Amino acid sequence: MDENADLSGAAPALPDVAVEVVGLNKWFGDFHVLRDINLKVARGERIVICGPSGGGKSTLLRCINRLEDWQRGRIVVDGVELTDDPKRILAVRRDVGMVFQQFNLFPHLTVLENCTLAPIWVRHMPKREAEALAMTYLNRVRIPEQADKYPARLSGGQQQRVAIARALCMNPNIMLFDEPTSALDPEMVKEVLDTMIELAADGITMLVVSHEMGFARQVADRVIFMDDGQIVEINAPQEFFAHPQHERARLFLRQVLR
Amino acid sequence: MTAGAQSLSYLRQAPAPPLPPPAERAGVIGWLRANLFSGAANTTLTLICIAFIAWAVPPLLRFYLFDAVWSGGDRACQASPAGACWPFVRVWLSYFVYGFYPSAERWRVDLFFLALAFGIVWLLRLSAPRRDLAALYFFVLLPILSFVLLHGAPALGLAVVPTALWGGVLVTVVVATVGMVFSLPLGILLALARRSELPVVRAAAVGFIEFVRGVPLITVLFMASVMLPLFVPERLAPDKLLRALIGVAMFASAYMAEVVRGGLAAVPRGQYEAARALGLTYWRMMGLVILPQALRATLPNIVNTFIGLFKDTTLVFIVGLFDFLRTVEAARNDPNWAAPSTGLTGYAFAALFYFVCCYGMSRYAGTVETRLSRAGRR
Repeated sequence: MDENADLSGAAPALPDVAVEVVGLNKWFGDFHVLRDINLKVARGERIVICGPSGGGKSTLLRCINRLEDWQRGRIVVDGVELTDDPKRILAVRRDVGMVFQQFNLFPHLTVLENCTLAPIWVRHMPKREAEALAMTYLNRVRIPEQADKYPARLSGGQQQRVAIARALCMNPNIMLFDEPTSALDPEMVKEVLDTMIELAADGITMLVVSHEMGFARQVADRVIFMDDGQIVEINAPQEFFAHPQHERARLFLRQVLR
Repeated sequence: MTAGAQSLSYLRQAPAPPLPPPAERAGVIGWLRANLFSGAANTTLTLICIAFIAWAVPPLLRFYLFDAVWSGGDRACQASPAGACWPFVRVWLSYFVYGFYPSAERWRVDLFFLALAFGIVWLLRLSAPRRDLAALYFFVLLPILSFVLLHGAPALGLAVVPTALWGGVLVTVVVATVGMVFSLPLGILLALARRSELPVVRAAAVGFIEFVRGVPLITVLFMASVMLPLFVPERLAPDKLLRALIGVAMFASAYMAEVVRGGLAAVPRGQYEAARALGLTYWRMMGLVILPQALRATLPNIVNTFIGLFKDTTLVFIVGLFDFLRTVEAARNDPNWAAPSTGLTGYAFAALFYFVCCYGMSRYAGTVETRLSRAGRR
């Protein structure tokens, strides 16, 4: 269906389906980590994936920008089907921003250089333009004054906001968040969540693996509950939190919400 | 706090202001006490060291400075064998530096040294301007310039000087520089190949590294200089110096590959993932994100390898090249300079030369490390 898909990443008209996962199966050795995952994410949709650890949430997220590959099934991101073709993989990665649990900022580069690296070397943007763009996003995550510092000088919350700005500098159509607040001290969780809430208000497609149930309630269009490598329940957040259908979801919510 | 010893709750009434740290015991005596004579074991060690210095240093000073022969010639040295023979170094110095390079052409070697020193300073001074141009100069322009200068180019009016006439510091510097300049990029490529996902590439890299590392440098040099002509017809066989250069570069690359591999292993996996998630290609990821961190992490080991390589250049004498140490050795065997003190003087001079070069590298690496750690990496 996408033999002639535009790989430039700047297609004028984006399909209504941002991410489509069909019959996805993945094994780590003998361990069946993702089992028959089917998921359709509409453009602009905000999805929170939750569930017990080891349930395959992060692995699923990492398949969407092909940081992990899989054995069976297919994933189509913004009309580009992910195959072994490196061109397609790069095209998808340019279109999809990712924020990691451990921030993964480049420690040898300043905050500003972290943000301009990909625009300059992947989008071939002139340095000045890339710096202006980076400052725009650093302003948005409210740390323009840290631009010339090295990441090690920043607090965890600041580092994570830089990581968000770095991803946004590629003007992605889809953002993936892999437990963005799990490595943070409690007093820094809010500043990162606030940034993400603002981002959600802008209408970007978001997939967030998180245990922040308050965040899920506030911004998610749908909540996906995963356990044992399977999608166990998909529901609107009010429904999911008030009337979880599946026994395992109920158990999980009892433990998380207390 | 006055509310009784049993109280479990506490509320601070007055803020505790920050105080300056207590002054250390100052003065020379205090320092000596604290660092040299702080206990029985430490005091014993200090006394042993003082005794050793008192035993070893005065004779050395006497031989190399106070009783040394500073002027005159070979006869003056033979007359006083209890002191170092510095005229030996003075008389033979140009041989130590140039070997048999024709006297009339030695300005070309001097110019080469100058161009090399300029390149090194420009490239290595962290505050120097346009270090990207410096790299271009050092890795592209300088090799061409050096070849034209040292080997000669009849078209430009520079007579060809066969490498058999090269010698001394010139050969040492050429072998060491070529070894370093080639071993780093080749070592990086080998290290990357060794971590490649392609089994053929990986196997080739592992095979090369393990083979070259598994044999002594002397063997590599022998193979490069003796075995190569067996396979290649005589007239096609490369120059003797070139063969040694290839051998040294190969040897150093294999070691450098392992050093770089250690540095690569020190870069967390998250760095690779972040770079790939941004859409960087493999080479951009390596060049912009991974290698800068890996090379910084392993800089002390890189310099260590360079220092080892610099001293290993002394082994090229085995294939008939006259490096610096070999010229000292040859001069020492000159019948006119047969006094026993000449050897000791020559070797001390050689030791000083190697020490200054290696210590310089070590200090430079130290400066860079301090600067990098101050740049906020940790």
